[in-house]
Amino acid sequence: MRALTQILAITLMNLRNLPSRVGTSLVVVVGIAGVVGVLVSVLAMSEGFRHTLASTGRGDRVIMLRAGSDAELSSGVVRDQATLLAALPGVARDASGRPLASAELVVMVDLPRKGESHPNNVPFRGVQRAAFDIRDEARLVEGRRFEPGVREVVVGRKAAGQFAGLTVGSRIGFRDSDWTVVGIFESGGDVHESEIWADAEVAMSAFRRTGYQSVTARLADGSDAGLAAFRDSIGRDRRFSISVLREPEYYAKQATVLSDLINVLGYTVAAFMAVGATFGALNCMYSAIASRQVEIATLRAIGFGGAPVVMSVMIEALLLSLLGGAVGGALAYVYCDGASLSTLNFNTFSQVAFDFRVTPGLLLRGLTWALVIGLAGGLLPAVRAARIPVTEALRTL
Amino acid sequence: MRYLPLLWAGLFRKKTRTILTLLSIVVAFALFGLLQAVEVAFESGADTADAKRLLTTARYSIIEPLPLGYLRRIEQVPGVVGVAYADWFGAKYQNESNAFPVFAVEPARYLDMYPEFTIARDHREAFVRTRTGAVAGKRLADRFGWKVGQKLPISSEIHPKTDGSLNWEFDLVGIIDAEDPAVRGNTDMVLINVAYFDEARQIGRGKTGWYIVRVADSTQARTISATIDGLFMNSPDETKTQPEKEFALGFAKQIGDIGALVTRILIAVFFTILILTGNTMAQSIRERIPELAILKTLGFSDGKVTLLVLAEAVLLLILGGAIGMGAAVAAMPPLNGSTGGRFPPLFVGAETWLLAAAVAALVALAIGLPPALRANRLKIVDALSGH
Repeated sequence: MRALTQILAITLMNLRNLPSRVGTSLVVVVGIAGVVGVLVSVLAMSEGFRHTLASTGRGDRVIMLRAGSDAELSSGVVRDQATLLAALPGVARDASGRPLASAELVVMVDLPRKGESHPNNVPFRGVQRAAFDIRDEARLVEGRRFEPGVREVVVGRKAAGQFAGLTVGSRIGFRDSDWTVVGIFESGGDVHESEIWADAEVAMSAFRRTGYQSVTARLADGSDAGLAAFRDSIGRDRRFSISVLREPEYYAKQATVLSDLINVLGYTVAAFMAVGATFGALNCMYSAIASRQVEIATLRAIGFGGAPVVMSVMIEALLLSLLGGAVGGALAYVYCDGASLSTLNFNTFSQVAFDFRVTPGLLLRGLTWALVIGLAGGLLPAVRAARIPVTEALRTL
Repeated sequence: MRYLPLLWAGLFRKKTRTILTLLSIVVAFALFGLLQAVEVAFESGADTADAKRLLTTARYSIIEPLPLGYLRRIEQVPGVVGVAYADWFGAKYQNESNAFPVFAVEPARYLDMYPEFTIARDHREAFVRTRTGAVAGKRLADRFGWKVGQKLPISSEIHPKTDGSLNWEFDLVGIIDAEDPAVRGNTDMVLINVAYFDEARQIGRGKTGWYIVRVADSTQARTISATIDGLFMNSPDETKTQPEKEFALGFAKQIGDIGALVTRILIAVFFTILILTGNTMAQSIRERIPELAILKTLGFSDGKVTLLVLAEAVLLLILGGAIGMGAAVAAMPPLNGSTGGRFPPLFVGAETWLLAAAVAALVALAIGLPPALRANRLKIVDALSGH
């Protein structure tokens, strides 16, 4: 009990005289804020990309490509095959009995980023009517859907944010066709939000294509057995040379290179930053406490025990680091959360956009780091200050 | 120089503190070296571009093919001294999509177009001679353990052979490399002979992906580009011709502003290091005020004491910076070995060293100046009486 009152007394005293040590305390706070800020920001980038990938596709949906192709860009599905595939009994149907399948083609169109003039490969997807029913996560946030047979497009939310001229009502020209933007859609932050969608038939004639590249369908039975049966029915049919992949599996495969790159970059920077700045922060804690050696010795000379002194110094150190961690996390949140980044996906040769995501988990991780630094930086010097003989400590004056 | 022992003693007066400070500087510069190398690797395409090379692609999308018949017509444009072409094969190797780029080329034309690639004379001759021949970049060959003379089984995701199969096989007849590390990344590819490829493929025969055009005079590049595009205007296959550098820049832009991202991270890192190290430095000088006063008593001028304090900061940054950059350089060969062709080779060039030196100098000044000025203004009597 006495120890507790002592800890309380010293801690309160320490906190009350913080203003007289505002310089050193501020350095500790700023230093730790820097560490945590960078740490949380770079991890938010990895997290954002992971989220975009993870939310693309549903387990009960499959994408069908020409056998041997791993990507839509290199695949090809001719018209009558697409019709046959959609009509397979394994494909789910809507209330009026139409198959929930959409044969699609993807072309790359050149659009500059906002405020720039260099063209970027933006994916332009021609979809069939069922596309919105299959992907029920896709919904319009502005405007309306394109009319069939008309050169109208709806634009993914992220594409609209990254590239110039994609607002509802504006016209965009590709090749010898002019298109009107009639709507903006979102689809849970997935990769389709980086795309432009139009009617497949119209896109096919405008871009002089003769066939589709993929067929996306919802399975009537999304279980592993259902998928196996569906694959089987395609494999047995000699008209087809088609491979069937679950959507999440397909889309994860589409970003392996980029996701490795982002993870390696993010975690390398985070690791270096954590280690490097931790040394610096340790140092500051260390010297902040070392410079209070006399004060600590005085406390002990007037009867305070060693343990309460250590405890109270530690509490102060932890409070300061926590403050630093909170400031760093808050900065990362303010500057990074929701910030969009668009880059070239090397697998698909097209642009993919994603948002930085500062999640509570990341903030917690940042605070944990701050506390670890505070603990490591405060403990040793505090123990040392409490252990050297009082007379010696006072003599260093 | 004769003050070095004094500086050293001052620096390592408190070992733990200095070592911790040094470590944080080392780590900051190691990160600096690595990130700069990544940035350079991404942007080296534009730096190594040849001003006399132009690229002709389909106007609306670079993945659309162009007719092979354009070759002769481009060759006849005044000012053009050489034309080569290449087609994208869409390789899949050991079940990995796009494990490396494979281009179908006419061997002599292509190798002449890129004199910066090195290839042994007999390898080149074999490539020209062998219809099923292929040459591979050295880094790729090392990564997969390929030997000249072996068969190279590569599938295509795009091009079936006339028999419908997507599995192709080539004879590896040569290795290409480059002396400049910035160019070496461009050799991370396999070249195959278009003579065999075009004959054996089922679709797209008589077409190619893009043309590479060499002009005699780089100042004529724009005019010639316009002339070439003019030739094919209003045809079903319109073209877009641009200098290689512009194309590379455009590609780098597609990847996004890696440079800005790297710079922002580094600014945050160095700002943090600056605050922390600056504080440590100031503290270290504060503790030694009586010592500095004694130096002045011994006859050291104000200027000399100031310089001594500043020199301590400079020494700290030189040590930390050199070790950090050294660590980054040492990490490159194993890093490059492990990515082997999946990523352009990382290297620390002269520019990065210069930039590191400039950053070190700036940081040294920022953390050394305040305590140095304080030492400068120090009055002996006050300094000694305070303790």
